[in-house]
Amino acid sequence: MTNHLPKVDVVLVGFGWTGAIYAEKLTAAGMEVLALERGPWRDTPKDFATTFAQDELRYYWRHGMFQETSQSTVTFRNNGAQTALPMRHWGSFLPGNGVGGSGVHWNGQTYRFLPSDFVAKSHNAERYGPLPEDMTIQDYGVTYEELEPHFDYFEKICGICGTAGNLRGDIQKGGNPFEGPRSDEYPNPPMEMTFSQDRFEAAAREMGLNPFPVPSANMSRAYVNPLGLQLAPCTYCGFCEKYGCGNYAKSSPQTTIIPVLMQRPNFTLRTDSEVLSVEKSADGTRATGVTYVDTSGERFFQPAEVVVLCAYPLENTRLMLLSEIGTPYDPQTGEGVVGKNYCYQVMSGATVFFDEEYTNGFVGAGALGMAVDEYNGDNFDHSGLGFIGGGYIACYTTNARPIESHPVPDGVPGWGSEWKQSVRANFLKTTTVGVHGASMAHRSNYLDLDPTYTDRHGRPLLRMTYDFTLNDRRLTAHITPVAEEIARGMGGREVNVAERKGSYDSMPYQTTHNTGGTIMGNDPQTSVCNRYCQSWDLHNLFVAGAGLFPQNAGYNPTGTVAALAYWTVAAIIDQYMADPGSLVQA
Amino acid sequence: MRRLALITAFCGASFALGEGQAQELSSSEVERGRYLTQAGDCKACHTDIENDGIPFAGGRALMTPFGTIYSSNLTPDDETGLGRWTREDFYNALNEGIDDEGRHLYPAMPYPYFTLMTRQQTDAIFAYLQSLEPVQVEEQENDLPFPLNIRMSVSGWKLLFFDDEEFVINPDRSEEWNRGRFLVDGPLHCGACHSGKNLLGASKDDEYLRGGTLQNWFAPNIRGGENGGIAHWDEDDIFEFLKYGRAEHTAPMQRMGEVVAISTQFLQEEDLRAVATYLKSLDDTSREPEEAPETARLEAGEGIYFDNCAACHATDASGVPYFFAPLGTSNKLHAKDPSTVIRIILGGARAQPTETVPSMLAMPPFAWKLTDTQIADLLTFLRNTGDRRSGAVSAEAVAEMREYLAEEY
Repeated sequence: MTNHLPKVDVVLVGFGWTGAIYAEKLTAAGMEVLALERGPWRDTPKDFATTFAQDELRYYWRHGMFQETSQSTVTFRNNGAQTALPMRHWGSFLPGNGVGGSGVHWNGQTYRFLPSDFVAKSHNAERYGPLPEDMTIQDYGVTYEELEPHFDYFEKICGICGTAGNLRGDIQKGGNPFEGPRSDEYPNPPMEMTFSQDRFEAAAREMGLNPFPVPSANMSRAYVNPLGLQLAPCTYCGFCEKYGCGNYAKSSPQTTIIPVLMQRPNFTLRTDSEVLSVEKSADGTRATGVTYVDTSGERFFQPAEVVVLCAYPLENTRLMLLSEIGTPYDPQTGEGVVGKNYCYQVMSGATVFFDEEYTNGFVGAGALGMAVDEYNGDNFDHSGLGFIGGGYIACYTTNARPIESHPVPDGVPGWGSEWKQSVRANFLKTTTVGVHGASMAHRSNYLDLDPTYTDRHGRPLLRMTYDFTLNDRRLTAHITPVAEEIARGMGGREVNVAERKGSYDSMPYQTTHNTGGTIMGNDPQTSVCNRYCQSWDLHNLFVAGAGLFPQNAGYNPTGTVAALAYWTVAAIIDQYMADPGSLVQA
Repeated sequence: MRRLALITAFCGASFALGEGQAQELSSSEVERGRYLTQAGDCKACHTDIENDGIPFAGGRALMTPFGTIYSSNLTPDDETGLGRWTREDFYNALNEGIDDEGRHLYPAMPYPYFTLMTRQQTDAIFAYLQSLEPVQVEEQENDLPFPLNIRMSVSGWKLLFFDDEEFVINPDRSEEWNRGRFLVDGPLHCGACHSGKNLLGASKDDEYLRGGTLQNWFAPNIRGGENGGIAHWDEDDIFEFLKYGRAEHTAPMQRMGEVVAISTQFLQEEDLRAVATYLKSLDDTSREPEEAPETARLEAGEGIYFDNCAACHATDASGVPYFFAPLGTSNKLHAKDPSTVIRIILGGARAQPTETVPSMLAMPPFAWKLTDTQIADLLTFLRNTGDRRSGAVSAEAVAEMREYLAEEY
């Protein structure tokens, strides 16, 4: 028995960064907005107060902030010849849960994708000739120039700390000279760097590179955002990723948007409400609303004029497949779109061990780092290299959390007294230079519904079929040695290189940058959404998140995810509401 | 005699002083009444906030040192509200503390302050309240011990402590100062919490705005002149605190948070600036330094501070202005009665979100983490930093508050 509820203007499925962004703009425009969040309410004083936020056992080991795999998970295999098995413990990536979503426990590295990233297919084909047939990359359909005001606004909402590298076309000293033109400086100056970043910067300069401070959502000073919300200066405690910030010093939906929403009478949030499917009209042209279930197992039909999928990319894809919206992707024929172009990222790095100098990695923050961008995107000539795309190289000091972090040099045993001795000797004397590599879409990497495993509601789990591609392997093989060279220039005793070789392994943590599955583009034959992130099939269904990325860039995605959300919500308010229908004629 | 009169501006009422009787300008009496009702914070007590009650329908349990009083229904319901009241009845209630049947009102209702309002002002408030939707409510019996449960006992109280005063303009002071004093002593009834009370619950003249204890909160000294509790605040600080709910030095929390949320954030800038001007004019006598505590306690307190408090309030206790209170100058921390700081450390506190600053900031509770002795040492350390000697805090005081909070909440 399903209860029918009164209709709202807009229902948001999931209430993390994109849900909060949509809700803020849509309620400001006068619409009645309801957000349905699968997980619980979360706020700073109650859920991650300074008195207990730094609890490694609870948040790192027991995954206190994440989606529980016993409720829902994904099944995984490397290729179509294997049988996928469910991930019963998260490993390589950590999907969020609850109000604020992953925006609560992110690090705060807030980049903009490069202008060329948005036109990856046409740009690279033009510069390097035809791309491999299996490389199913495409253009976003929206350009950097169109997104620029939205990047800028999100940076102001978050109070991002950084140094501009390209201000309205003028290259700025100390910033990233490769970034797209910015209309404005960052709202806050960069964070204070530590010994490790100073060494990285010097080594990179020595090599003729242009190091710049990583744009950070950890605050370098107190800040009030355009909505009147306050952020406090970061204390560099090093508990960002996997943790909520107890000091109000990290931009999150909780610190930068939600308090305003909670004062608005035309906004409603229902937590512990899991959406099971998007419902369609009989003629299949419109979404009529969503069906959700509460913690008592009671089901509700929530009608709405507009439905927006704001869940994690993996869940957005699954909801579209379960709701039978759009054609599921078929890797055999290459036809269909939902689940297509699942991408990840290729992470590698080099750890530097010092003898005398202390790096004091416990003085950290999620986005405390210096980076170089010479090897990212199409910032360098790929002629003859056999791959496209790239990644940034950075030296972060994110943490030295003692349960999680105890780097020892290669050759030291993994346990016992020798290990303990080495941890003691190296704990305060290491740092890492990492490569954050892009992932180009490939015909055989995709998402679909698992034929065997189901969740607690009996719905099929999402199946992930993924392995690193030839492009990924060549990319990481080309850029990792550059990171190693910088690391060797930093003056340590020894450098250990962690290359990314072999097949993708879903267990060791790499990055929570899962993209694709609900990709955007200019052609309904090859994309789920049009350039306004609007479903080609149901004109009143919009999709948010990194699932829109046709391929993954060599950056952290949040800045671009947010810019796309602001871009879409502007299109809904300015165009769609006046004349509901497809905003792009196919 | 010069009297206070209320005039109104076009787009919203505010207070002004002038010659002679009140004049009506363009906005209606109801609109002036709404503004005065906000200034008087009537909604706070006359709404059962704890149980999401209907605004102005009363029923809120008000804990007084003498027992529990339930607030009355101000909506124009004939049976349970002010439906059958006349303007005269209402004026008598606010001006003399007498209800429509001639019974004495308990002085939990701040008529000793409201009595400063003119007939025109009480008429305006009445007109606004009569414009509300009538709500019928179930009346609750007050829970007061004998003889206080007999309203006649209030008449004795009134003979002792209540003056049916009119506001007298001080011609030596500016119009703004006079306006501020009228607001502070009249509708805003600041002294109801911020002035010390005698054993019978009346404000003591010699403790005027020097801080008062109410329901185990210490409402701090808000005299802004020399030696006053907020001597280090300037007029802008007071304005920002009342209007935005954030000032360089602190934010309104808990009970004061409610006042800012319901009342002061909606008041006109000129009225709040007048309040600031008046408070800044109030000097205080300098405080005798207390005895210096034992070094061992100070050292223990410093360690506890560094481990538990410094991440937000900074290692030198300078805080983050507008965010985490600077502690060196805090009038709550250095108050003679440390109840409020003990309570905040044990139970935590939320800074009031306002329309201008909606952030939901809070200090987390430490009751589960720190012992009575640790909290006492911490406070003893903080109250004796630099050249301040504000006195030690005993573990017993913390234990008492812990017990009170466990019983009450």
